[in-house]
Amino acid sequence: MNTIVVGQLQRQFQDYIVSLYQQGYLDNQFTELRKLQDEGSPDFVAEVVSLFFDDCAKVINDMSTSLERPDHVDFKQVDSGVHQLKGSSSSVGARRVKNVCIAFKECCDVQNREGCLRCLQQVDYEYKMLKTKLQDLFNLEQQILQAGGTIPQVSMN
Amino acid sequence: MEKGGFSPVGLRVLVVDDDPTWLKILEKMLKKCSYEVTTCGLAREALRLLRERKDGYDIVISDVNMPDMDGFKLLEHVGLELDLPVIMMSVDGETSRVMKGVQHGACDYLLKPIRMKELKIIWQHVLRKKLQEVRDIEGCGYEGGTDWITRYDEAHFLGGGEDVSFCKKRKDFDFEKKLLLQDESDPSSSSSKKARVVWSFELHQKFVNAVNQIGCDHKAGPKKILDLMNVPWLTRENVASHLQKYRLYLSRLEKEKELKCYSGGVKSIDSSPKDAEVNSGHQSPGKSSFVFSGGIFQKATETDPKPLASASLSDPNTDVIMPPKTKKTRIGFDPPISSPAFDSLLPWNDVPEVLESKPVLYENSFLQQQPLPSQSSYVANSAPAIMEEEMKPPYETPVGGSSVNIDEFLMPQDKIPTVTIQDLDPSALSSMKLQEFSSNVTNNTEAILRSWELPESNHSASLDTDLDLSWLQGERFLANTGLQFQDYSSSPSFLSELPPHLWYGNERLPDPDEYSFMVDQGLFIS
Repeated sequence: MNTIVVGQLQRQFQDYIVSLYQQGYLDNQFTELRKLQDEGSPDFVAEVVSLFFDDCAKVINDMSTSLERPDHVDFKQVDSGVHQLKGSSSSVGARRVKNVCIAFKECCDVQNREGCLRCLQQVDYEYKMLKTKLQDLFNLEQQILQAGGTIPQVSMN
Repeated sequence: MEKGGFSPVGLRVLVVDDDPTWLKILEKMLKKCSYEVTTCGLAREALRLLRERKDGYDIVISDVNMPDMDGFKLLEHVGLELDLPVIMMSVDGETSRVMKGVQHGACDYLLKPIRMKELKIIWQHVLRKKLQEVRDIEGCGYEGGTDWITRYDEAHFLGGGEDVSFCKKRKDFDFEKKLLLQDESDPSSSSSKKARVVWSFELHQKFVNAVNQIGCDHKAGPKKILDLMNVPWLTRENVASHLQKYRLYLSRLEKEKELKCYSGGVKSIDSSPKDAEVNSGHQSPGKSSFVFSGGIFQKATETDPKPLASASLSDPNTDVIMPPKTKKTRIGFDPPISSPAFDSLLPWNDVPEVLESKPVLYENSFLQQQPLPSQSSYVANSAPAIMEEEMKPPYETPVGGSSVNIDEFLMPQDKIPTVTIQDLDPSALSSMKLQEFSSNVTNNTEAILRSWELPESNHSASLDTDLDLSWLQGERFLANTGLQFQDYSSSPSFLSELPPHLWYGNERLPDPDEYSFMVDQGLFIS
């Protein structure tokens, strides 16, 4: 094991994950998730976020359908979708996604289709962005492990 | 002898959440707490699991929002049928939602994201419920008993020298508890086994008769009821426990009816169970007029209630005409209490006259395609819940008898071809109906919710509070309810026919719209 390489990778990992928190992509819940990962379930975090992203795609798709026709928008369905997204984003600590949901809900409440469409677009962007970021993070983790190192526990205060 | 102390290890938790992400996370978290976890993505599924293994779980944690059923409905069912502690969860912490949770009987309400530390102490709710059960039973009949039994309970249960974990000691503890309690209440009993009380149709009828007889007195306490019932082998504890469930059941009915009325328009004449009783009372005092629970189920596709095998209707015509199901939304709402005897008191029998355009009885659409058998099956499923249970632990500790099954519950003459709910469900409900249902729910729910949210919370709160108070005090039937079922939209004339004690202090009679709301809300009970 090349300790220097491992050290570098670990630092890289640490910086990267801290930046994600600082830029608001992630919040404390993500930290909690990482704490739950153990030898029994070494891919726990990756599995959970994977479920989350799948869920996002589906919900966003459904909402998109509901918002499609200007004359016939099913705001109830959209509202329900927003609620779902808010719930699941809070489960993984997807802070930006959650924030969009808050704005999204407001548009829904006043039945503002335009606003909803904008929010929908934004939430789609945010979850995909987060997906990319986390993918990078998991890659870093893999590199560390392959280099024989351990993944640092990062505590955000 | 310092107790190893109480240990929550092995607590059997059922988690219900339609969000797969949360389900996975919660499962992990609960396992880390050393609990035994079962996950479930649908409320209906959860109910099925719970009913299948009635003593299989210690506590239920459920999300408030679920696609197939309102979390609050699930909460009610679990509380009524199984008497398990239920914790609600939601990402929404709005006061009204939390209040609703409390009103419906949740023992706690957690906000997502949920922390480990919150899950680590959920066992307290299981323990608390157990202690309360014992206190309640003893409290109403044994002055000094409460303190004594509580002390005994706490000392013993909390591990006087031994580790009392959920998986190990509960059976022993409960058995002993039963012994003690039984000895206290019935010193003459030499047997250490206590026969389970089967609240048969007739028995419940006697119970209801007694309750009615006590009438205006507002003091229908277990003792009086017991005396009137004149059933030698029945104990006051049996009656007390049954009474509690009965009250809960009625209160739920009231709420539901209100919901219906509130959202609707038709002024229903009577929709309280007491109405049914009174009504029947008019026809044939204290007789089998109560007995037409079978009819409820039968009415699925008929407009006229016909006397069923198990029922002898004194005056079928005055009994409610169940409108043929008009909306397909109400697929399967289970009345909170599933005893056929209870059903006989359902106001639904009378309401439909007024609610012509609205589907009324849950059983109606629920059992649409299978009239009779469903009754027994429903009963069967919930029978154990109605049974005399104060001595019975939530898990399997058969004391003095076989576990309850449908055959015990129904007296031979009441037996109807048995069909379990589970069997019933697939055949009775078509997927089309389900879809209609869900779309109806989404469309109507929010609007209706907003329109009646306040009143509902008001009276619900007081109703539950009052019931609890009176229960604890033991002897007061429905103590001053001062219930504010505000929308008094009923015909006063009919009301006057009701014995006051049956009013629950509330003059409000539901409107059919509430019924339709309830219908829309519906329940999928499988």
